[in-house]
Amino acid sequence: MITIDHVSRRFGDGPDAVVALDDVSIEVQRGEIFGVVGQSGAGKSTLLRTVNALERPDSGTVTVDGTVITGLEGAALRQARHKIGMVFQHFNLVGNRTVAQNVEFALEAVGVKGDERRRRALEMLDLVGLAHRANDRPAQLSGGQRQRVGIARALASQPDVLLSDEATSALDPETTRQILDLIKRLSGELGLTVLLITHEMDVVKRICDSAALMEQGRVVEQGALEQLIRTPGSRVAAELFPVGEAHYTPGHRIIDVTYTGLSADRPVIAQLSRDFGLDVSILGAALETIRGHQAGRTRLAVPGDASVALKVIDRLTSQGVTAWEVHP
Amino acid sequence: MIDPAAPEFWPQLFAVLLEGTWETLYMTAIAMAITFVVGLPLGIVLVGTEPGRFLEAPLGRRWLGRAINAVLGFVVNLGRSVPFIVLMIALIPVTRWLLGSFIGTGPAIVPLTLVAIPFFVRVVEIAVREVDPGLFEAAESLGASRWLVVRRVLLPQAWPAIALGTATTVTSIINFSAMVGVVGGGGLGNVALTYGMQRYSALHIVFVVIILFVIVQVVQWLLTRLARRLSGATPAAGRTARRTERAALDLDDASIVSAPARGDADSPTR
Ligand SMILES: Nc1ncnc2c1ncn2[C@@H]1O[C@H](COP(=O)(O)OP(=O)(O)OP(=O)(O)O)[C@@H](O)[C@H]1O
Ligand SMILES: [Mg+2]
Repeated sequence: MITIDHVSRRFGDGPDAVVALDDVSIEVQRGEIFGVVGQSGAGKSTLLRTVNALERPDSGTVTVDGTVITGLEGAALRQARHKIGMVFQHFNLVGNRTVAQNVEFALEAVGVKGDERRRRALEMLDLVGLAHRANDRPAQLSGGQRQRVGIARALASQPDVLLSDEATSALDPETTRQILDLIKRLSGELGLTVLLITHEMDVVKRICDSAALMEQGRVVEQGALEQLIRTPGSRVAAELFPVGEAHYTPGHRIIDVTYTGLSADRPVIAQLSRDFGLDVSILGAALETIRGHQAGRTRLAVPGDASVALKVIDRLTSQGVTAWEVHP
Repeated sequence: MIDPAAPEFWPQLFAVLLEGTWETLYMTAIAMAITFVVGLPLGIVLVGTEPGRFLEAPLGRRWLGRAINAVLGFVVNLGRSVPFIVLMIALIPVTRWLLGSFIGTGPAIVPLTLVAIPFFVRVVEIAVREVDPGLFEAAESLGASRWLVVRRVLLPQAWPAIALGTATTVTSIINFSAMVGVVGGGGLGNVALTYGMQRYSALHIVFVVIILFVIVQVVQWLLTRLARRLSGATPAAGRTARRTERAALDLDDASIVSAPARGDADSPTR
């Protein structure tokens, strides 16, 4: 649905130039919720903004639903933007206009007129549970409510894609969950493809199907969440499962065990100690709900050498969990 | 020397003041109306054509935006730096060509308008600059046309500050209108000049001052109210929001009013 192909963008020139995007490629499948994480200044916002051409890359192309966004100008670009909604960290609602007028603006941009416009705006507000606040002004709403209006506005023109730049970063945890669940629900109901940016791993855990990690303008990891948590050395997974640092333990091998779904309930580790007669100690463990499914990671210290570690990993793998050795 | 004890003094004073007030209001109203119509779009274009703003590339041409911005900026600054008295004299041929005459109250409107436009452009410029850039970005992301952005985002957000700035502009037009006696313009300034200065009637001066004070107060009061109204989208808009807005407006208000009477809108409102 969204293809970002070898996109680069630098700001400024000479020695002060900042390479915000350095040959970035990302593929977002139709209907999925894709999260981009990374530290401040990694280039996340710049990347997101290339998708609706708020930012123009120096090189590379961005394609949305078959349309090459990077090649568009003027009316054609506006047309394409009608199919790409965007929500913002600070909501960006027009303060001197009512909630309904803010949503109507999106429809006006598309060319919907009169009663039809009013009706559809109210419909959108109803969808986000704010129809009763239609005539209030944004300043009268709470942060969470304002973001709902932002979402209603972004989706009013019935786009196929929703872009979200830290949409929940200004909200408290409970409101964040509500907004995330709303995005998740709407993406299902409306068949949206969502590309979102966040610095909170909780957001990824709660709603993302796939994720990418950015660092200094580069994508260093990307893939489906299920796949990432089974990838040895994945930093996204390491963030998802905070099992702590791996320290060198003399005479021991350190093994990370990751399990999802059913295997989370099975006492694989206890069994392991019993079967091999090993004194396995647990260095850290994290159990998380990822997209509604239980998943966990345990860090073990197994006494012995590399061959013992291999044996243990083989056994764990045969039991349907993912395990690999960690070299501190 | 005029004798206030003479029986015809008060009726005459009254008639002179009435005519002067009418002329002042007439000059000011027309000058302000033209200033508004010309200055508003110019102010919007002046800010809009800055790099990174919504008009940076009119007709898809970046150089055009830069050129318009540079020319406008230059003209506005030039207009602001010419002293009014010089402007008035320099404009005599233009006014004659435009209106057939350069003497009188009507022709005096030309220099008044020309001195007010750069001032008002500045007012609009400041008001537009205050609009959160995030709003333009949101509008852009929605695929809104520029015209729609101006109507539905820029103006609704900028109106309150523009209304307050209009009050300041009116005040300075009234101020300058006191000088148009030089080109035979009338108005209260001329009353003060002919009766107060040349014929030593202190009463004339006192009344002129009172009337000018009242006019300025009324204009200020009306436009401040209007500004408040404009920052509420609908009558249904609630009180809490108004209160916060009032706090914000009072700030603006204070800084605009406390600007020197000749008005130097260069100082940012916040
Ligand atoms: N318009 C701009 N002009 C100059 N530099 C910019 C511009 N936009 C972004 N940058 C630079 O590009 C780099 C990436 O910025 P970006 O906003 O994409 O980061 P980010 O990952 O979104 O960070 P954050 O999490 O803080 O929002 C930063 O170093 C930033 O300073
Ligand atoms: Mg950012």
